Amino acid sequence: MTTWNKPLPTIIGETKTFWDMCRRGVLLIQKCDSCNEYQWYPRGICANCWSNDIKWIPSSGRGTVWTFTVTNQNRTQGFDTGPYVLALVELDEGVRMFTNIVECDPKDVSIGMPVEVTFQRATDQISVPFFKPAS
Amino acid sequence: MVDLRRAAAIVGVHEHITRYAPDKSEQQIQGESIIKALEDAGLEKKDVDGLFCASMSVRSSGLNLADYLNMYPKMVDNTTVGGGSFEFHLSHALNAIYAGRINCAVITYATLARSGGVSVGTGGISRQGHPRLDPSPDSFEELYGLTTVGLYAMIAQRHMHLFGTTSEQLAEIAVTMRRHAGLNPEALFRDPITVDDVMRSPVVSTPLHRNDCCVITDGGGAVVVASPELARNCKQKPVWILGAGEAVAHQGAGKRDLMYIAAKQSHVPAFEMAGVTQKDIDMAMIYDSFTITVLETLEDLGFCEKGEGGQFVLDGRIGLGGELPINTDGGGLSSNHPGMRGLFLLLEATRQLRGEFEGTERQVPDCKIALCHGTGGALGSRHSGGTVILARD
Repeated sequence: MTTWNKPLPTIIGETKTFWDMCRRGVLLIQKCDSCNEYQWYPRGICANCWSNDIKWIPSSGRGTVWTFTVTNQNRTQGFDTGPYVLALVELDEGVRMFTNIVECDPKDVSIGMPVEVTFQRATDQISVPFFKPAS
Repeated sequence: MVDLRRAAAIVGVHEHITRYAPDKSEQQIQGESIIKALEDAGLEKKDVDGLFCASMSVRSSGLNLADYLNMYPKMVDNTTVGGGSFEFHLSHALNAIYAGRINCAVITYATLARSGGVSVGTGGISRQGHPRLDPSPDSFEELYGLTTVGLYAMIAQRHMHLFGTTSEQLAEIAVTMRRHAGLNPEALFRDPITVDDVMRSPVVSTPLHRNDCCVITDGGGAVVVASPELARNCKQKPVWILGAGEAVAHQGAGKRDLMYIAAKQSHVPAFEMAGVTQKDIDMAMIYDSFTITVLETLEDLGFCEKGEGGQFVLDGRIGLGGELPINTDGGGLSSNHPGMRGLFLLLEATRQLRGEFEGTERQVPDCKIALCHGTGGALGSRHSGGTVILARD
């Protein structure tokens, strides 16, 4: 395994369940039991009704590219080696998350393109969700 | 709401003309700017009882600046919400002066972004090695290589997808700002450019080219705001605050439509308070971190419909001599963009309303009412928007 040279998430109790399940290849999102709204990014309070009846739900892991950019210039270590696709993906559950579109030529990415989650192991403890063209 | 129209006025301004100042501290540039702005107003250090500032690099910037300048203000406000912070400051100063808590505020900013080699647009949050990310939202975002340019480029990409906006239309904004910069002796870049030049500049983050992005400079400035009583006795004709509005926009738990920016909310109270409409605005200072920022802001301020920004900016409409001249100093795209540019919007609007360029091409003829809109943060993730409407007597 090559050494991970990109930033790593800081994991605390509030978000530990999410990262634990990423390690097992499951993308979790949250749904509120009081107002039934989904939310992204994970947090300890329902952003809609402010209840704490938050439930972790496995996402379908499928969605579409809501928008994207092919980044040619970023001086951050791990992103300075060539073009990559920064995207906002809208999951089938209706929430949008930042990600990279991987396993495809950046030139082939378009808005509305169906994608699915894939995980890359960064360390023994941390796997990071990315998206690739849907099979 | 109480009527805040003309409850305070801008009475002094100064732009520190430096674009490169490796030997000065931020505080020195701020201090020099405040001294000159007070001179412009005909006021002195002892008259100032409110200190408003923001910084990209100094924590507790208000406290540190008061210390450096040996000031004991009755009110300190270092609200820092990105480039538009200074429109927020003006809005807060208006409240404080109306309430009688202070009589005279200075709003100031300085930075050494250029001499410090700060890659404001393309560095990402973790440009200085890999600091520990905040658990949220950074830990769900910075893993993917976000850059400031990228977060605006994503909005440009979707704008093009939804509305057919073109790179050439965005380029027209950069070309117009460069034309204005040619009239400003202090502007960083003054040589005219064409749409082709913009299109041929390297693509930093699709679909944005290098010339769709603002310059990076050092610089600073100061604005003096006074109560009506004090304003009447100042050297300069007062530039009154007619209206102000503040807003934030963010991802809304993953569900907000990011194609609408904070200007959509902030302009409403500003126009309501001022009692004017878009048609009454003689010139506008529109935060231009990127060409797409201008386009989205014009739409969401209500100067045109959503999606029509690409057409609106053509045919010289936003240039001097056009229907709505914007950024007559050359803007962040060509004149200066010292990390946060909101203060400079207030400076140029004040100069226009005073008629300081009378007899030259830079002057907007019979300029009575000006609008400034500052955007801070990033359109693609979270940002602030501050709208202020200013008027001469």
